[in-house]
Amino acid sequence: MEPVKPILEFKKTCVSYTRQTMAVKYVSAAIERNTITAIMGPSGCGKSTLLRAANLMHNLYPNIRVDGEILLNGENILAMQPIDVRRKVGMVFQRPAPFPTMSIYDNVLSGFTLNGISLSKSERDATVERCLRSVALWDEVKDVLNKKGTFLSGGQQQRLCIARALAMKPDVLLMDEPTSALDPIATAHIEELMQELQKEVTILIVTHNMGQAMRISSKSMFMYLGELVEYGDTATMFSNPSDERTKAYLTGKMG
Amino acid sequence: MNDKLYRGFLFIAALVVPVVCGGVVYALVTDAYEAFEYFGFFRFLTSSEWSYTDGAEQYGALPFITGTLMTTLLALVFCIPFSLPVALFVGEYFRDTQVAAVLGTVTDLLAGIPSIIYGLWGFYTLRPVIMALDISEQGSGILTASLVLAIMITPYASSLSAEFIKMVPNDLKEGAYSLGATHAEVVRKVVFPVAGSGIFSSYVLAIGRALGETMTVTMLIGNTNNIPESITSTGNSMASVIANQFGEASDLRLSSLIAIGLVLFLITALINMVGKIMIKRARIS
Ligand SMILES: Nc1ncnc2c1ncn2[C@@H]1O[C@H](COP(=O)(O)OP(=O)(O)OP(=O)(O)O)[C@@H](O)[C@H]1O
Ligand SMILES: [Mg+2]
Repeated sequence: MEPVKPILEFKKTCVSYTRQTMAVKYVSAAIERNTITAIMGPSGCGKSTLLRAANLMHNLYPNIRVDGEILLNGENILAMQPIDVRRKVGMVFQRPAPFPTMSIYDNVLSGFTLNGISLSKSERDATVERCLRSVALWDEVKDVLNKKGTFLSGGQQQRLCIARALAMKPDVLLMDEPTSALDPIATAHIEELMQELQKEVTILIVTHNMGQAMRISSKSMFMYLGELVEYGDTATMFSNPSDERTKAYLTGKMG
Repeated sequence: MNDKLYRGFLFIAALVVPVVCGGVVYALVTDAYEAFEYFGFFRFLTSSEWSYTDGAEQYGALPFITGTLMTTLLALVFCIPFSLPVALFVGEYFRDTQVAAVLGTVTDLLAGIPSIIYGLWGFYTLRPVIMALDISEQGSGILTASLVLAIMITPYASSLSAEFIKMVPNDLKEGAYSLGATHAEVVRKVVFPVAGSGIFSSYVLAIGRALGETMTVTMLIGNTNNIPESITSTGNSMASVIANQFGEASDLRLSSLIAIGLVLFLITALINMVGKIMIKRARIS
């Protein structure tokens, strides 16, 4: 059987914030299409740094260096225009941050407005409904679409931010601790949602919550001090980690 | 005992401020009363006659209210195209860089120059240029005063706006970038709208400064007592007419000048209050 072509592949990816130190060291990993991959590891091990490399967020800060290769559908994104990459690789941040000057409706469409893409009224309405439905927010907000996004609860705001990212129909969705600022109910909501979304989009999620990783991800990465220590099936990693450091972390003896 | 004395001293010191303020207002009102009574409050504000021929004295504030509004608004028009880019430069594009720090220092320096110096510069450098360009014959006038006023309020407006531009959360900007926006789009569609109310209030406070600026305007506006016909005409602002004429004025004319001062005081206080309230709101949100 021919192996499935990965949608995203890190090849000896290195990221350094300063000349002397590397925050991410020679990470190589291939991410399969339509999977959820959890990235775990102690605080400061480079999870966010790795994630942000995948949509060229580091390009915003001229002092940060990214080396190696990151392939998206076989093409090295480090040689591509950041704008093109970011439209294909969406991102959801730790703290929900809908645009405060825009309505809920406009927030969902912000990817288009920001890029100067104009849609017809019917396309706009359809996109808003589709995206809000896919984050299970439609029924809650359909009557208040003109209200500011910041009026929503934290969990709703985060779902709005996911909807905003989905509107661009990305291939990959990067999520950096998307539920760490939310209560258990809102978290459960978003976890459920990610299982659904998996059909449309490949998800990489950074999480400190091992229960969450177990519940939602099929693959897991364990990082330590900037290195990718272990990468494989989530079930296997939790039941039978191959590295001592992974074991120590998962059993609560580290970080 | 000692503590009581200390508190008493603080109390008295704190009391001085409102007392002085009240005193100023009281003096303005009593001294302006004669003019308001003689001409009528509303007619005083809307009359454009300003003649001090004995026996046929006629004083109206309209030419100076017009002069003040024209110089202030024109100064704002000239100021925005400079201060906004400077604010963006310092607050966004070159934020936290050496260049921005240098520019910030120079801006602060400009803000600290006494207005007489600006007046001199305007009179001896800008006025000849205006004459050479054939914009106006005498060189001085509304336009000349407004240009120098604009330079004077630019540092203030730009450093205040830059502060609001800097306050736009990085979360929001990264959110916009993550959707594929370019820097220019992020500035236009996220930074400006979010910092908008703060930037607006910066300009309100800048207007507050321009309204009362006296020395520079007096030196450059041409000091004529009729309503300016165009921006190249000469005129007088509320502040400059007082500065020009208070020395030689007495009785009804003096009272009229003080009445203009009272109106200026009220307008400036109002604008500053509105600006401060808006700034506070913008900072909180
Ligand atoms: N902007 C930055 N400038 C300099 N160093 C940074 C910067 N951001 C992160 N680092 C460093 O890079 C390393 C990795 O940081 P990163 O944020 O990727 O960790 P993380 O695994 O996401 O941690 P956490 O679980 O706390 O979010 C850390 O040592 C951190 O101090
Ligand atoms: Mg992190």
